[in-house]
Amino acid sequence: MEAIVCQDLVKTFPGKPPVEAVRGLYLEVGMGECFGILGPNGAGKTTTLEILEGLQDPTSGDVRVLGKNWEMDGAEIRQRIGITLQETRLSEKQTVAETLELFRSFYNRGLTLDASIAIVGLESKRDSRISTLSGGQKQRVALACALVGDPDILFLDEPSTGLDPQSRQQVWEVVRALKLRGKTILLTTHYMDEAEKLCDRLAVVDHGKVIALGTPVELIRQWGGGNLIELGTFGPEPRREEILQLPGVSGAKSVTDSRAADGTNHLVLRVDRPHETIPPLLALVEKSGAGLSSLNVRQATLEDVFLALTGRNLRDETP
Amino acid sequence: MNLDEQLEVNSSPQSPMWQLILARVRDFYREPAAIFWVYGFPLVLAVALGTAFRDRPVERIPVAVTNAAGSPGPLWAETLESLGKDPRIELRILDSSQASKELALGKTALVVEVESAGLVLKTEKNRPESALAQGVVEAVLWKTKAGSASQGSGSAPVSGKAENGIRVEETAETGGRYIDFLIPGLLGMNLMGGGLWGLGYVTVDLRVRKLLKRLIATPMSRVDFLLSLVLGRMGFLLLEIMILLGFAWLAFDVSIHGSVATLGLTILAGAVCFQAIGLLVASRATSYEAVSGLMNLTMLPMYVLSGVFFSSDRFPQVVQPLIQALPLTALNASLRGVINEGSGLAEIYGNLLILFGWAAAAFVLALRLFRWR
Repeated sequence: MEAIVCQDLVKTFPGKPPVEAVRGLYLEVGMGECFGILGPNGAGKTTTLEILEGLQDPTSGDVRVLGKNWEMDGAEIRQRIGITLQETRLSEKQTVAETLELFRSFYNRGLTLDASIAIVGLESKRDSRISTLSGGQKQRVALACALVGDPDILFLDEPSTGLDPQSRQQVWEVVRALKLRGKTILLTTHYMDEAEKLCDRLAVVDHGKVIALGTPVELIRQWGGGNLIELGTFGPEPRREEILQLPGVSGAKSVTDSRAADGTNHLVLRVDRPHETIPPLLALVEKSGAGLSSLNVRQATLEDVFLALTGRNLRDETP
Repeated sequence: MNLDEQLEVNSSPQSPMWQLILARVRDFYREPAAIFWVYGFPLVLAVALGTAFRDRPVERIPVAVTNAAGSPGPLWAETLESLGKDPRIELRILDSSQASKELALGKTALVVEVESAGLVLKTEKNRPESALAQGVVEAVLWKTKAGSASQGSGSAPVSGKAENGIRVEETAETGGRYIDFLIPGLLGMNLMGGGLWGLGYVTVDLRVRKLLKRLIATPMSRVDFLLSLVLGRMGFLLLEIMILLGFAWLAFDVSIHGSVATLGLTILAGAVCFQAIGLLVASRATSYEAVSGLMNLTMLPMYVLSGVFFSSDRFPQVVQPLIQALPLTALNASLRGVINEGSGLAEIYGNLLILFGWAAAAFVLALRLFRWR
């Protein structure tokens, strides 16, 4: 049995004009899998997640969580899932232990208080009030609230958004520990590194639809190319047609061009073997009379996948 | 984009001060609630208070006459005639117990009791209008005697002495002072404020912080949730009531004339009613501003109209049915009945029904409208 299945999910918010947040979305998440929904702001990630969590009703489509549907078995599903919302401000005047005790009381079975505190590594903050915690610690309390019922599936909505790098690492460690314990995890993110580091499989979502699906490595290989050369020049612009004919440069789509404010030209080339491309590339730049201002070689990331798929950067707002 | 267009030269820049003022004005008028509270609300208050304390064309003194002589004799007729003629006096004939009750509640300023041997003027020594009424009534009666009676030398009646057949009795009913009037009003106001804040504001706070949504995603029962708000509120309430009534008793000797059980039931009815209204006010609001506005809109008219600080009888007769139907009016009337007059259920059940009616309607509506997510 799949942990989560959703077919042809549609969610339209009434209004003038109506907002089609989700437009026919398909997902299948296996038991024990860590699955990521990746997409820019406004792509429909949170709406999708909240429908799967039973917090919103779909306009149409079929949703099954642990083989059950929300209309018939809502109470049962709620006992077996744990969630974190994108933003929850827990009551500041309660302590960590009091907060977790409250959440634990809603579930028929679950972790002991000490176990739930230990998983998120907040033993030293057990009796501290929420108001005294840092943002990362608060997020870990929120994670613990999702865990107290010992859920089979965890839904995490942007678990590390707004956290400093160290806190993000700590949250990731908690998520990895949960993966090792065999929990099914569905998370949304607009961070590439988060998706690459945590997720077994990914769905890239844009405008309410899945536009690519696979493991992070597959997606990068399929859509991003192996390596990227970022070239910055000033003076006369090197002719793009000539650059595209250089050895190892693949595909016309692989070149993006933007005019920077300082008047330099930036080109990103998708290449298979950088060492074969770079010498003739430099020769070409010199021949055209342009000066070289920067040259970078790097591996493609999911950011490049997204760019290749949509023509937009992941952190741009959707138009 | 053409760079030249962006760099268009403007020789007469706007005054920064003017721009700042404009921004300020826009901020203000684009917030309709602010306009109401700044301009509308003082007007509403002025109209309400102005109506309550309007100058009456002739301020007449309420005086009650009771017959304690058995069968009405000549003195009865004479008293009625002389007092009834005077334009300053609003005369009503009441039976003895009703008259003393109205004296205690301040509905009448003076009671004239006609006995076979003479008259007894019953005054309330804590109230200035009672002393005024005594002076007026004595003057009228004295003039009547001097004019009509031929025998004896009429001398002005003196308080406390039985001269010319007029005796004055002073009472100092606890229950008739302003503090006695005020304490039940404050209790009612407290129940209203507590119910609305305790359920309304708290619910919206949970919603704004997304904690409500987070809780709903757990298997938590919604009934448990609502009951926890209500019962938590009741706990605080018990303490508030004990402090207020205890203080009133110790500092001002305000005592509860009715039964504690009836008082408890009345308070419960009021608490439930205003908690239900609090829940209704909070049912859809998603911001602190919205719920604060709605709560003020609900509470402020009742502060003014429902007889917290002064009797709602002061408002014109036309609007009385409306005022009497307000939950705080019903609550205050019941509380004053039980605390000041010793009323039992038989006397206040009408007002309790009003409270339960509001509670039921508000609760049902609140549950229908309630935004859990």
